[in-house]
Amino acid sequence: MSLDHAAVRHIARLARLAIADDQLESLRSDLERVLHLFDDLAAANVNHLAPLAHPHDQTLALRDDIVSEDDRSAQLLALAATAQGGYFLVPKVIE
Amino acid sequence: MNPVSIASISAELAAQRVSALELTDQALARAEHAAALNSFIRLDADAARGAARSIDAMRANGSDLQPLAGIPFAHKDIFCTRGIATTCGSRMLQNFVPPYDAHVVERLAQAGAVSIGKTNMDEFAMGSSNESSAYGAAANPWDHTRVPGGSSGGSAAAVAAGIVPFATGTDTGGSVRQPAAFCGITGLKPTYGRVSRYGMIAYASSLDCAGVLARSAADCAVVLDAIAGFDARDATSVERPGERTAAALSQPLAGLRIGVAREYFSGGVQADVADRVHAALRELQRCGATLVDIGLPNAHHAIAAYYVIAPAEASSNLARYDGVRYGHRAAQARSLDELYSLSRAEGFGAEVQRRILVGTYALSAGYYDAYYLRAQKVRRLIAEDFATAFAGVDLIAGPTAPTTAFRIGEKSGDALAMYAADVNTVAVNLAGLPAISVPAGFADDGLPVGLQLIAPAFAEARLLNAAHQLQQATDWHLQVPAGTP
Amino acid sequence: MKTAAQPWQAVIGLEIHAQLSTASKLFSGAATAYGADPNTQASLVDCAIPGTLPVPNREAVRKAIQFGLAIDATIARHSVFARKNYFYPDLPKGYQISQYELPVVGAGRLSVRVDDGRTIEVLIQRAHLEEDAGKSVHDAFHAETGIDLNRAGTPLLEIVSAPVMHSAAEAVAYMRTVHTLVRWLGICDGNMQEGSFRCDCNVSVRRSGDTQLGTRTEIKNVNSFRFVEKAIEYEIERQIRALENGDSIVQETRLYDPTRHQTRPMRSKETADDYRYFPDPDLPPLTIAEADIARERTALPELPQARRVRYVTELGLPEADADQLCSDRATADYFEAVLAALPGQAKLCANWVLGEVAAKINEAVIEISAAPVTADGLAQLLTRLREGSISGKIAKDVFAAMWNGEGDADAIIQARGLKQISDTGALAAAIDAVLAEYAGQVADYRNGNEKLLQFFVGQTMKRTRGQANPQQLNELLKQKLAGN
Repeated sequence: MSLDHAAVRHIARLARLAIADDQLESLRSDLERVLHLFDDLAAANVNHLAPLAHPHDQTLALRDDIVSEDDRSAQLLALAATAQGGYFLVPKVIE
Repeated sequence: MNPVSIASISAELAAQRVSALELTDQALARAEHAAALNSFIRLDADAARGAARSIDAMRANGSDLQPLAGIPFAHKDIFCTRGIATTCGSRMLQNFVPPYDAHVVERLAQAGAVSIGKTNMDEFAMGSSNESSAYGAAANPWDHTRVPGGSSGGSAAAVAAGIVPFATGTDTGGSVRQPAAFCGITGLKPTYGRVSRYGMIAYASSLDCAGVLARSAADCAVVLDAIAGFDARDATSVERPGERTAAALSQPLAGLRIGVAREYFSGGVQADVADRVHAALRELQRCGATLVDIGLPNAHHAIAAYYVIAPAEASSNLARYDGVRYGHRAAQARSLDELYSLSRAEGFGAEVQRRILVGTYALSAGYYDAYYLRAQKVRRLIAEDFATAFAGVDLIAGPTAPTTAFRIGEKSGDALAMYAADVNTVAVNLAGLPAISVPAGFADDGLPVGLQLIAPAFAEARLLNAAHQLQQATDWHLQVPAGTP
Repeated sequence: MKTAAQPWQAVIGLEIHAQLSTASKLFSGAATAYGADPNTQASLVDCAIPGTLPVPNREAVRKAIQFGLAIDATIARHSVFARKNYFYPDLPKGYQISQYELPVVGAGRLSVRVDDGRTIEVLIQRAHLEEDAGKSVHDAFHAETGIDLNRAGTPLLEIVSAPVMHSAAEAVAYMRTVHTLVRWLGICDGNMQEGSFRCDCNVSVRRSGDTQLGTRTEIKNVNSFRFVEKAIEYEIERQIRALENGDSIVQETRLYDPTRHQTRPMRSKETADDYRYFPDPDLPPLTIAEADIARERTALPELPQARRVRYVTELGLPEADADQLCSDRATADYFEAVLAALPGQAKLCANWVLGEVAAKINEAVIEISAAPVTADGLAQLLTRLREGSISGKIAKDVFAAMWNGEGDADAIIQARGLKQISDTGALAAAIDAVLAEYAGQVADYRNGNEKLLQFFVGQTMKRTRGQANPQQLNELLKQKLAGN
């Protein structure tokens, strides 16, 4: 698997990670080496197998429909770098 | 001084020959004394002394206390602690003070154990050397120029250095067992789902597992019994009738079949490491166990599968760190896009960013089938390998890590070399099995070697009993680094 | 509108988001109530505080099953929650927990009556559970957007139709049918102003006769029937105009502007979204036991469509009445409760429920369940009407008094002395008095001016203050005028 700069920029954009231009090449070659490691997956004989997403054959436990939470807005808003009037704030978003 | 067990400290406390406060002060003093190890991100002396005093008061009042009451310990800084900063080894969470306690934190507080602080770790548990911590690398107490392993490196170093009798850790691909091996202590990774993940900051949710680092299997059992059990707040938590592992540690090993996986001794395993592990297995044989040569033919695929699945899950789990509600927020951000991409680029270190990018790639359109989906199929292949093997044996054994602790900086430029060294531990997480690393003597360089024992799902009692029998017959786990109090 | 004269055919599919009416959220114990102060109903889980984990709400799953059974769909014994990854400030985890490859409700269908009288079968491809996002408040701050996470994590059922509708009218009729159904089942309050029921419209056009679909656009988050109609109409026209001008359609997300009745491209959405769906590792597969499905099936109410058919075939109601009565389960139930006391009088009951009752309800802007005149109360009134104790006109007055809280029908009739005079003696006395007073007119009548009968009826009614039983009065008058 080879990777070009555009692909690295695209992934970084999907992941919302700012990349400086001078980082790009070292990151590219880094990622390419990691992706080479994955070539090994193609060697495994797995065509007959179903994917395994969870280690045990577990059933999902459900909870009853009960309101168990109180207002914690003061505590939660205090964790944010910027909050006002009960809202978290972000730079203006235009829809 | 020989290391003392939790049981013996507990007896001293019960007899009121020592107080919880004295033990806590002692642990804090040792932590200060061993500051060069950088095993703690923070110490909470006042909170610890307060907790110790209240345990002492309860004891004075004749309250019925649990075995861990008054025992000092440390939490890996991945467990959320109410009102106490929890950084996960990251700059991103430098100022994050959780409004709640993790399940494991609650359980140990209820048991009366006294947390003295939060231990150093690889950032977001991504690493095998503790070098990716934003708070500096931790050192190995056996040789300060070497890594303690990771990601629970601070916890392993703190226990090995005699600061605390035990510490909590987490294990996603070996992060309890490998540092335990590197630091010459015992590290237990329970079955996936055995201990609630609630409040444990996620790295890779289908692999993450809370674990214990301690001197001995017996000590691990006491702590496991305190933290295990169903928790409705974690949908992957498993409902199983409470098995008390600490009470089941005196079973003879006669009849126990231990599968020696030949793949675990191949490739890059250091000859003297393999040799010490074989010696430890012969001790188990002397205890009555039968050694069976077995194969885990797909073991070598585990690294590729793990390094797709774990980063894929991580890329999603770490999307919440966006600078909006908590965590680092870039000061320069003028737009929403900048808020995201700068906060994340500034808040995350290089290894975390690398894994986020790899994981994003593995899940992205056009690559999902070849990477993520295929890795999940390989995951089943590996789980089936274990299931096949466990049809014929009770436990599986091998070296925990292929080498002893490497030098700080030795591999930091080479992520792939670091990844490859996880070959013997990651398969266990892919299959969700319990495993333990126990000391197996010292390699030619004088550094500790770990023996890994793996059990079928939920067979922690069998696993801990075997490890305990070995530790009854040997004294490797009693060895401490020079200068340990 | 598939006619040979029309060179273009519109193809429309709807993704309806119905907020499931649970007390707590899909994955947390926070309340779902509407209108609370910002972030006061955001729990640690909803805020995506590190270390927190989702635990699904049993009731939300139950409601999804009920919907699936009502559209005759297969309920998945195993379904999977998946993460849909994208960054947006009202999406705290950086992913939405939804269902992707294995939804809880599989393919089903719904019979839809369009305004022009046609009935179309709409294939519903799937319905899946997912969590809602929070709200972005754009106008309250100068250079910032405010984020309120109260809505984050509210359970939604996303109902995805196949692209099988061909006009705005069909799309709206389908949407109304789904709206009726979810309210009927009690799984969604259907409140469109509060966003409990909203819809994304996928619209494309193609040359009539083409089998391949054209490039579609998606109009996001339209929250009224009228807006859906306008938005689709606009979008169809826009696309046809573009294609006829030789332009191509860009696959994109658009927003509907209700003040201009136009759609425009949404700026904040990336054109090439890559959501990187994968099974949520925090949530093992959702397993639904056959017994649970069977229990829900047994408990399922008679559905609107079945009831509408029954009203027409068994009760003999006109289709329009049946449609209106079945537009909402409370109305239909109210009607049936009234009917229970007046067997065989379906038309009378329907007239009153759709007439007097509906008018008052619309005037007061309340639900029928909150009407001050209960079905029992109306039944008593209609019983008095049927037995002739009061006239139709008096009944309306009594109904108005009942609505104003003056008591039940009998009490009002009694208090106001409205009971019809059916007592022959009393009626005869009143008639005698009238005939005595208007002797001249009596003579005229007897000389053949029979039109004067109405005059005597009116005068007698006046004397009895309207309480004379009209039928009886007529007969007695004729007797007396003819006899003596």
